[in-house]
Amino acid sequence: MIRHLLSGADLDAATATRILDTAAEMATVAGREVKKLPALRGRTVVNLFYEDSTRTRISFEAAAKRLSADVINFSAKGSSVAKGESLKDTALTLQAMGADAVVVRHPASGAPHRLADWVDGSVVNAGDGTHEHPTQALLDAYTMRSRLGRIAGLSVAVVGDVLHSRVARSNVLLLSTLGAKVTLVGPPTLIPVDIAQALAPGTDVSYDLDAVLPQSDVVMMLRVQRERMNDSYFPSAREYARRYGLDGPRMRRLPEHAIVMHPGPMNRGMEITPEVADSPRSTIVEQVANGVSVRMAVLYLLLGGNNR
Amino acid sequence: MAYPPAARSSTAPQPSVKVILTSADVQRVVDRIAHQILEKTQGAQQTVLLGIPTRGAPLARRLAARISAFEGVDVPVGVLDITLYRDDLRRHATRAIGPTELPAGGIDGKRVVLVDDVLFSGRTVRAALDALNDVGRPASVQLAVLVDRGHRELPIRADYVGKNIPTSLAESVKVTLAETDGADEVKLYGGDR
Repeated sequence: MIRHLLSGADLDAATATRILDTAAEMATVAGREVKKLPALRGRTVVNLFYEDSTRTRISFEAAAKRLSADVINFSAKGSSVAKGESLKDTALTLQAMGADAVVVRHPASGAPHRLADWVDGSVVNAGDGTHEHPTQALLDAYTMRSRLGRIAGLSVAVVGDVLHSRVARSNVLLLSTLGAKVTLVGPPTLIPVDIAQALAPGTDVSYDLDAVLPQSDVVMMLRVQRERMNDSYFPSAREYARRYGLDGPRMRRLPEHAIVMHPGPMNRGMEITPEVADSPRSTIVEQVANGVSVRMAVLYLLLGGNNR
Repeated sequence: MAYPPAARSSTAPQPSVKVILTSADVQRVVDRIAHQILEKTQGAQQTVLLGIPTRGAPLARRLAARISAFEGVDVPVGVLDITLYRDDLRRHATRAIGPTELPAGGIDGKRVVLVDDVLFSGRTVRAALDALNDVGRPASVQLAVLVDRGHRELPIRADYVGKNIPTSLAESVKVTLAETDGADEVKLYGGDR
């Protein structure tokens, strides 16, 4: 078993499948009266969040608590980071407190990799800059598998702001490992040149959403990340919505069984219309529920045994 | 828990292997336990059989089949995975979790009979009792095992025992079943007696 989860590329097909299978068992706990398992009793999980997040932090917190781990939440606001403490000093502090796992979100790409050198415990990347977000990719894969029964052979369209999306990068890596065919769709300004080849050969790029939709089993809409945009990547929000937004008529061009995903938070009316977001094809709420199960599986597999 | 014999070098004396129960013996033992369960539970009313993986699960199904054949009572059968409740999780690499399948009627207010292959330290049963506590509130809990080999480390005893085998700690008991291993047999390894 791996020691850290930093990238979608850390997982081979067998390990990823093991995480998804474990998550399926963890999901049954959510239906029980006592939503608690004793597997991580006495272990400490630190949520180290340098960036705003609701669902990922709460999801990791719920996952760790359901496994009986002690959870310490650390957000950069209101901590010594605001006084200028470096990531390394913060890491050494956590180390001294005996953290068995550090779940880290950081605006700088690669921060979790650095952190992994400084602490003895396991490091889980909960999103670093525009780089990766591997547990999101795992929960997306889990959602696809539970809705469509398989991952291998699926055609997955990842649509929108690929340039700034860590969700897209992790998904391309993981889904191609698991045998899905990924097509990146978006305006040329938001899809880095050669990204498909750099991440996983076999990935396609298209600038025409309407051409891709009829062959897709899964459409994953990405959030347009305005907070990371310091340039004009498209002329106007309306033009973006018209060419790359998923609305009712576009959704009806999808095959009968196809599902619509979104990692959240959504810009309703921008990349996705309310009609689509609230339709039965949408798995957006399901993805949140699955997130807890998948993160329980990851924490259990990293911390549950003696893997040193 | 049953353990496979430790690997030995060729110069060491060959470990002795003794067959304790043959396939026919296993069948008779299962039949007897099925009768005993019927006797002690007033015809298996309000009773649920829960097998502990790996080999407790097929044993529980066999018991239910025999009970059904003897008295026409359909006893609900389930599987209770105890991995996450073990007290030795940290001593090994992370263990894979198995499925827990409870019968449709649940276990609340029922008489639960836990079924396992070998009763040894009692730690597996302790874990099973904890797991049971989290999935419901049975009226009472009983324990059925194919083999009791002694050396308890906890105050736990079985209500139904297929065969008591006095062993030393150097020995190991291995149960194989047709469903999981291809054939029914109980063997005693080692000790070099």
